[in-house]
Amino acid sequence: MKRKYWMLPATAAFATLAFNSAQAAPPIKIGVIAEASSVSGASIPKAAQLAADEINAEGGVLGRKIEIVTYDDHNSATDAVRAFQRAAREDKVSFVIASYISEVVLALEPWSARLHMPMITPGAASDEISHNIYKDYNHMKYVFHGYFPSTFIADSVCDAAKDLLVDEHHMKTAVVMSEDAAWTLPLDAEYLKCLPKIGLKVVDHIRVSPDTTDFTPIFNKIEGEKPDVIITGISHVGVQPTVQWAAQHVPIPMFGVSSQATTSTFWKDTNGATNGVVFQTAASAGVPVTPKTNPFSDNYEKKFGATPSYAGYTSYDDVYMIADAIKAAGGTNPDKLVTAMEKTDYVGTIGRYVFNGKTSPFTHTFKVGKGYITGIVVQWQDGKQVPIWPANVAKAKMTFPSFVKLPQ
Amino acid sequence: MKALQILIDGFAISSLYATGAIGFTLIFGVSGVLNLSHGSIMVTAAVVAWLVAGSFGAGPYGGALIGVGASVIVSLVTYGIVVRPIQKSRAIAREEKEIFVLTGTLLWGIMVQEVIAYVFTNNPKTVLPLIGGVVNILGVRTPRTEIAIAAIAWLAMGLLWLLVNRTRGGKALMAAAINPRGLTLCGFELGSIHLLVWTIYGVLAGIAGVLLGSFLGVSSDNAGQLTASAFSIVVLGGLGSVTGSLVAAYVVGYLESLTAYLVNPSIRTVPVLLLLVIVVYLRPQGLLGRR
Repeated sequence: MKRKYWMLPATAAFATLAFNSAQAAPPIKIGVIAEASSVSGASIPKAAQLAADEINAEGGVLGRKIEIVTYDDHNSATDAVRAFQRAAREDKVSFVIASYISEVVLALEPWSARLHMPMITPGAASDEISHNIYKDYNHMKYVFHGYFPSTFIADSVCDAAKDLLVDEHHMKTAVVMSEDAAWTLPLDAEYLKCLPKIGLKVVDHIRVSPDTTDFTPIFNKIEGEKPDVIITGISHVGVQPTVQWAAQHVPIPMFGVSSQATTSTFWKDTNGATNGVVFQTAASAGVPVTPKTNPFSDNYEKKFGATPSYAGYTSYDDVYMIADAIKAAGGTNPDKLVTAMEKTDYVGTIGRYVFNGKTSPFTHTFKVGKGYITGIVVQWQDGKQVPIWPANVAKAKMTFPSFVKLPQ
Repeated sequence: MKALQILIDGFAISSLYATGAIGFTLIFGVSGVLNLSHGSIMVTAAVVAWLVAGSFGAGPYGGALIGVGASVIVSLVTYGIVVRPIQKSRAIAREEKEIFVLTGTLLWGIMVQEVIAYVFTNNPKTVLPLIGGVVNILGVRTPRTEIAIAAIAWLAMGLLWLLVNRTRGGKALMAAAINPRGLTLCGFELGSIHLLVWTIYGVLAGIAGVLLGSFLGVSSDNAGQLTASAFSIVVLGGLGSVTGSLVAAYVVGYLESLTAYLVNPSIRTVPVLLLLVIVVYLRPQGLLGRR
């Protein structure tokens, strides 16, 4: 009898323990695969972690915490595939946010299909990513394209060029200068179509090797052709063409895509040579594309010391969309997650996300255009990234350093 | 016009190549070491110069000086913790030491490169140019910094020539390259000669790194390419021959510039590599080699 009384508190303690462990349900894991040592890639895991911390502070998802598991793919498709397999098979993640490099994402797509592992890319742009889903929806449906496809980027650049270059500065000719990569193939194809339509005759189309260090001969050739503007498509390269453009006083403005220029460290990396460079992006620090843009970029800068690259904004939004999908699906079943993701209607830091359905050739790419996500054009002006297009977010006029000669 | 442009650009880039490669060949000549961490040491100099000049407000000259200082430190550390322990080791057979040094410096170089990429990302950094602006040379718009780069590179090489030919330490250095055993018999400490040559090397590699950083911008990803280009120049010129490296640097610099301007910038290094293969076949000792 005495012995039974003694057991009472022990039983109570056991019961409390059991209750606690039921409450502390295992976290929901999201894998993040990106190149940690590049400016664009480094923002991806950091922004994802920031989103996860915010969601967890609010109690997590379905009573479970979100855990971000990061993998450095060193910009290599082989490393990324290995990381993806590990994430799915060993670390048992429920969703993967992967890379800003199209070549890497294209290599991961079949693995997402094979392992039924939902995946979204926050920064890769090649049209092929969504075309692959369209061509084989039943297998590829686990892939989502969380950034502008290259064709839409080119269209956005052309729209801005029409207003800023053709209408305002009466420009007539352009040279397209893009790096040789998967994402620039559709980009250049669309540039060559849309630039003449807005009144810019393309006098040359130059594709530069991403290994190029000395751009002098390239600028020299371009200058010889006397275009009014250089329309860029650069992401793997950035600092070197920019610095040499300024050092050599190349008198032609650079306008288009320059991914590295999207982060605030670019001014320091180029010692200010980026002054006057114009680039298209999804969102930028200090530009309230939505009410969520500035709070995110401010928090990010406070925590990591620099503003996020373009892929940081999307990576942050991705975690929130995944969390919503998990809630809607009532768990992490991949097929239910895909269905829930397809129903996404979410206002993030870059605009309103609604994904195209399987009948669109851009399957699972977010809708682009008014009321959805539009993109903005920003210019580096005296150490600051200043929005110059579209008119509703523009804070200043486009202006160039004195060595740039604009057509009269 | 294009010819003059090639002449000017080729001269600047060749002077840079020469400065980097001469230190590389000097070490080989004096101590038989092929330092495969060369590119990483150059990158260290450039990144430190960028950091100090920009973030710590030291300005272009302060940044450049500290960048070169960092290069000397890394160079001496390379000698102290990688090269010397292998050379002194009794566990490694004498005939295998060269290959161990080669592997050791290669791995050390990768480590330095990875650390730089981890801390500063692999995005290229641009060192503040010593002077800004452009000048017009017979119609060719040339950045002033490009002229300064060629002048500084030649000044450094001129000082090296004076050091080697006019000072006791420098003469001992050359003697060590010709007959190290004879030098020790004359009472010279070979260890301090090696220390001297690694210091000189550090200064030259540092200057080359900082200048390259201000001219084209340097990323940790360039380390391997920089080592390969120094290696090609040194093999082409003749292993251990300082004059050979100087000549080879200009052959490489101009061949690259001609290819980039007249054919395609994407294949600028291809003709140089072809030339290297031909030289290795027909004249394995290089243009002015002595072994």
